[in-house]
Amino acid sequence: MIAMENVYKTYPNGVTAINGIDVTIDQGEFVYIVGPSGAGKSTFIKLMFREEVPTKGNIVINNRNLAKMKWKEVPLLRRDIGVVYQDFKLLPKLTVYENVAFALEVIEETPRNIRRRVMQVLDQVGLKNKARFIPDELSGGEQQRVAIARAIVNHPKLLIADEPTGNLDPETSWEIMRILEEINASGTTIIMATHSKEIVNTIKKRVIAIEGGLIVRDEHRGEYGYEI
Amino acid sequence: MRFSTLQRHVREGSRNIWRNGWMTVASVGAVTTTLVLVGAFLALMLNLSNIATNLEKDVQIKALIDLTADQAEIDAVGDAIQRIPEVASVTFSSKDEELSSLIDSLGEEGKVWEMYEQDNPLNDVYIVKTTDPLDTISVAKKIASITNVEEITYGQEVVQNLFKFNQYARNIGLVLIVGLIFTAIFLISNTIKITIIARRREIGIMKLVGATDSFIRWPFFIEGLLLGVLGSIVPILIITTGYYYLSHSGNALTQFSFVELLPFSPFAIQLSLVILAIGAGIGVWGSVMSIRKFLKV
Repeated sequence: MIAMENVYKTYPNGVTAINGIDVTIDQGEFVYIVGPSGAGKSTFIKLMFREEVPTKGNIVINNRNLAKMKWKEVPLLRRDIGVVYQDFKLLPKLTVYENVAFALEVIEETPRNIRRRVMQVLDQVGLKNKARFIPDELSGGEQQRVAIARAIVNHPKLLIADEPTGNLDPETSWEIMRILEEINASGTTIIMATHSKEIVNTIKKRVIAIEGGLIVRDEHRGEYGYEI
Repeated sequence: MRFSTLQRHVREGSRNIWRNGWMTVASVGAVTTTLVLVGAFLALMLNLSNIATNLEKDVQIKALIDLTADQAEIDAVGDAIQRIPEVASVTFSSKDEELSSLIDSLGEEGKVWEMYEQDNPLNDVYIVKTTDPLDTISVAKKIASITNVEEITYGQEVVQNLFKFNQYARNIGLVLIVGLIFTAIFLISNTIKITIIARRREIGIMKLVGATDSFIRWPFFIEGLLLGVLGSIVPILIITTGYYYLSHSGNALTQFSFVELLPFSPFAIQLSLVILAIGAGIGVWGSVMSIRKFLKV
């Protein structure tokens, strides 16, 4: 479902973040992306929902070639991909309910289906009783759960998480991981960039280590670490 | 677009008006100020133009016929004038009719002229009107060259100055109005830009969850429209009440018989609609222009 071929990314300031990557990820996989800061993890992730465009090479996701994609098709791609960030990226003036509903309003779902589906996912992440709160009134872990709810509300085949536990305490982090595993169990591919050795070594999944813009290790049921 | 989506955009747009608080007040203020000026100017210009048109309509050429001409020659002059293409109407006025209208126009003093009724020194006259008043001068020259036309009068200088004045007034007024409108668009686009910079992050987030540009633009479009409409309420009130008093009270203006204001209804209503339309246009344009560059995420 995800295929990268000989992908390079050089930023306008001359920095080369990705230096020739080939990788295939199948539907339903759970993949950790590890590596030191500045190794190219974030760029690798941004390339997948076209926040960045590759300088060279092909990226195919769900049969869409991102390198040749027109500007108009980008919103359509993003609707099939859920994204969760370290800093949550919630709309601060909207309630929890409205934040999640927004992803469905964008695809012009009917109001009835929006109500039904939003309450369903809020239940799934355990926030049904906080639907009317605004993000500032919630704890970090709760905000991240709202972000996850928003990411999965329109049944994406792929969920990308960029250090989703980066701002959370260990206990809350485990809670987030439990939710992500549940989502993965229902068939959604999950790609998660992380710095947490504990998580990677406890919940064993495929590990892709990136350093200097290259994949230096790719192991199923791997351990944390990126030094060769 | 689904109807429920349109409803959503309208809801979001109106909520933003409320949420932006003082920024809304600033934008509406900018539109209000401009529209009061534009409205007052429009009212002035349209009235001036109306007065000018009325005056132009009154412009006529008098062709004085040679005293020695006999009836056949007089008729020939009339035919010759008829044949000039720009001429709309030709009326014959005999010297007796000319004298009695002169006596009437002078009132008491005109009595002096009654003694001339036996031996009338005036000429027979053709009164000529042109289809387009601007052709007056050229037509007058053509008539002057017809045989047996002794003299022509059409208030040469007055007519020329009047035409010049009208043209200047129209052009200057148009330039001023366009200038004012652009200033308002600039002001409103700047105030909205400030509110958008604050929402830049939000726009970025919307794009990341797959919102299309037009989906993001719609609420701003509605917001601009509402700002423009809100901004046109006060100008409409000021200008209609102002105009009402001006056109209904016997004031200095209306003492001159040639100054005739356009009637309150329908003019004030038409003017209000124009102000409303300009307001809405300014609002929409201002907001759509200012959001453009924030969509490239």
